[in-house]
Amino acid sequence: MRVRLEFSKHGKIRFTSHRDVARMWERALRRADMPMAYSEGFSPRPKMSFGLALSTCHESDAEYLDIGLVAERSNSLDLGPLPEMLTKYLPDGLVATRAATIDRKTPSLQESVTHCTWQIDVTNTDQKTAAGAVARALAADELVVTRQRKGKEVIDDLRPQLIGLEITGPTEDGVRMVAQLGTKPRSIRPSELLAAFQPPLQEWRVTRLNQWIIDDNGTCREPIPRMAMSSASVETQ
Amino acid sequence: MASVWPRLEELLPQVQKPARYIGCEDGAQVPKHGPGVVSWLLTYPDTYEVGLPNQGLQILYEILNERADAVAERAYAPWSDLETLMRRERVPQFSIENHLPASDFDVIAFNLSAELVYTNVLNCIDLAGLPVRSADRSDSDPLIAVGGHCAFNPEPLADFVDIVVLGDGEEAVGDLTEIIGDWKRSGKNPGTREGMLRALASVAGVYIPSLYTVRYDGAHITEVTPRFNDVPERVEKRTIADLGQWPYPKSQLVPLTEVVHDRLNVEVFRGCTRGCRFCQAGMITRPVRERPADQVRTMISSGLKRTGYDEVSLTSLSTADFSGIQQVIADTVSEPGCDQVSVALPSLRVDAFTVGIAAQIQRARRTGLTFAPEAGSWRMRQVINKMISEDDLYDAVEAAYSQGWRRVKLYFLTGLPTETDPDTLGIAELAQRCAELGRQHTKSASVTVSIGGFVPKSNTPFQWFGQNTSAELNRKIGLVRDATRRNNAIKLKWHDPKATLIEGIASRGDRRVGDVIEYVWRRGGVFQEWSEHFDHELWLEAMAACGLDIDWYVHRHRTEHEILPWDHLSAGLHKDFLWQDWRDALDEVGLEDCRWTPCYDCGACTGYGIEHIVASATPPAGGSQGTGVTLSPRQVAGVAAS
Repeated sequence: MRVRLEFSKHGKIRFTSHRDVARMWERALRRADMPMAYSEGFSPRPKMSFGLALSTCHESDAEYLDIGLVAERSNSLDLGPLPEMLTKYLPDGLVATRAATIDRKTPSLQESVTHCTWQIDVTNTDQKTAAGAVARALAADELVVTRQRKGKEVIDDLRPQLIGLEITGPTEDGVRMVAQLGTKPRSIRPSELLAAFQPPLQEWRVTRLNQWIIDDNGTCREPIPRMAMSSASVETQ
Repeated sequence: MASVWPRLEELLPQVQKPARYIGCEDGAQVPKHGPGVVSWLLTYPDTYEVGLPNQGLQILYEILNERADAVAERAYAPWSDLETLMRRERVPQFSIENHLPASDFDVIAFNLSAELVYTNVLNCIDLAGLPVRSADRSDSDPLIAVGGHCAFNPEPLADFVDIVVLGDGEEAVGDLTEIIGDWKRSGKNPGTREGMLRALASVAGVYIPSLYTVRYDGAHITEVTPRFNDVPERVEKRTIADLGQWPYPKSQLVPLTEVVHDRLNVEVFRGCTRGCRFCQAGMITRPVRERPADQVRTMISSGLKRTGYDEVSLTSLSTADFSGIQQVIADTVSEPGCDQVSVALPSLRVDAFTVGIAAQIQRARRTGLTFAPEAGSWRMRQVINKMISEDDLYDAVEAAYSQGWRRVKLYFLTGLPTETDPDTLGIAELAQRCAELGRQHTKSASVTVSIGGFVPKSNTPFQWFGQNTSAELNRKIGLVRDATRRNNAIKLKWHDPKATLIEGIASRGDRRVGDVIEYVWRRGGVFQEWSEHFDHELWLEAMAACGLDIDWYVHRHRTEHEILPWDHLSAGLHKDFLWQDWRDALDEVGLEDCRWTPCYDCGACTGYGIEHIVASATPPAGGSQGTGVTLSPRQVAGVAAS
């Protein structure tokens, strides 16, 4: 039996890494005495798979992991109270929000997520400067950056990954913007996008608001669909 | 008190591994400070990932926070990238619970587990915004305290610290809190600090360096005398009589980010009377005090449940010596829900690693297997009193490979007293034989040999021995390297002899070495136990600048009646016992374990009116050690058949 869990990550714990969060989950599931399925082999590991990595220092409302459970011990499992129960075993700042069973054939999070919605607080700028930079980026045919990958310099065009972008308001010493950023073939980070702007902008707090999957029939949904808002899609596109 | 967090969180996105500065661990406390409550900042003077697992610090953290008149927070040395930003942005050294400035605390207490962290101690004091020398600090400044194994020769740090605790800290921190609390509640008035320190000096196990005068005749110490009548001439260590009374830590910290030894740790006993003559830990922590087996079981099962760890380490100086160890392990791995739990025994005794224990541990996930024969020949092992026969080692290694382990790690020391080249080359022979035993079980069998240069320590029988030079250690390591070079199954590692030399300066240094430590620190020499930061030349330069002779401090044999810098500090061991043991070592005479044989009157029990607490009256099965029977090794040829 496979269960997909959604969780958020906020506050001081944002300074932990993706790997750190994986270890926190492993301990929490053990403490909660979840009937975890284990991998085969000499060194069995509990079956857990995480979605897209969240950069250290970023917060999120929408992180996911899939876990495998032993069928005979999980038949009576009630998913309703599960998130609240698991949260008790997670460190402060990690909150399990939703749980759903998924089909054995459901593709992994890594494969299926196509883009994410990001809230990006930019510091040391004013609304006018930021608006100019945003407009220029959206109007550009390409946003070329040089990235380090496996010790080599690689030139990438970020523009195809920039699906949507808007400034939603001012903050104390900057602006808040919301961006839709693609994850295929590889994710771009908000900081990479801001660095490609003219002039470059500087991130302060970044929060992943949603992850999105585009179905075979073209509809856009979250990795755990929301019943009441199943029509949710990326209208800002 | 104002939290530095708002300023710190702006810096954290710019540094490596920011999670080490946020606290928030499961088990972390958020203490409420109050007037008249003594606040302790327990500091490990190395990085978070090295310092967090330290059990001593965690034990004191809980004991202090349980008290109504004390609070304790923790701090670690910030890595260089954050330190640079902190100095630029004027963010002081901080605690990781409430992120309070270190200078807001009443006591900043450092754990000293290695000599090379001494410059980090100075750096942490300086980052707190305090003068590094105690004489320059004001009455209202925090008190700087140190404890831990290196505190048994704290003289190199004597001018920087206010309080030294010798031995077990469980009870001492309470006594300190009461006296410091009275002083705090009276207002810490100007001119009262020394009086308070004099009161502390009367607490058992507490040494106040500033209350002693050291006199020299040329290089030699002529006397160390208390400055006041009410200050003891000799400070005795503190020892808790019964470990069972102290089931700490009760809520071991579970870090959010990766640290060394990231697992549940349960201390099964404290102290060791194997009597290995090079081993300071075994000398200064006597007598043996076992934790009751039932308490061990409870601490394991409740600890695993609370933390979610799947690995537990049973810690002590020689865990296989714990009475009933097999039963404890059996109970742990058979506990419901613990079928995936692995047990680590970080200090296996070489001889009695029975097939039974190996099999029990392997039922859960496999963990690494390390043995410490320490020396390559039987003669050498008699000198150091590590009475392991070759049979013991080969039986243990055979058991390991036959149980499915593919890699065995062997730890050795070189530069030991009376060591000859055949003794050193014995390391290579043992390793080769172990590799052969392994190959009979698996083609991929390998042996990792790890060699450390011997640094003589205070309060041991080898405290009189002149340490080998770096050149000599290099030559000896070279002998083993040449002898094992063509054997692909043997991997050789060694500790940098240059670092060994510098450890030697601090290990048996006196108060004059303090200038050297300050010189190195002022020129940026921090994190000296990290090879990427270690600066050997800087230490040599500092010794020369301070007019101190390396040969005199490190390589010189001491004489029987020389006053050693730590002679006014006692680990309970009579000096004539240590001297006799040193002579016995030179005569290649071993000494049996007094846990199971009559008392040698080393002083550790009799002097304090305490006793060993050992559940079993007989030595553990397996191997020859401690049985009192013939200890000479059988012929190697005889083992090949087994």
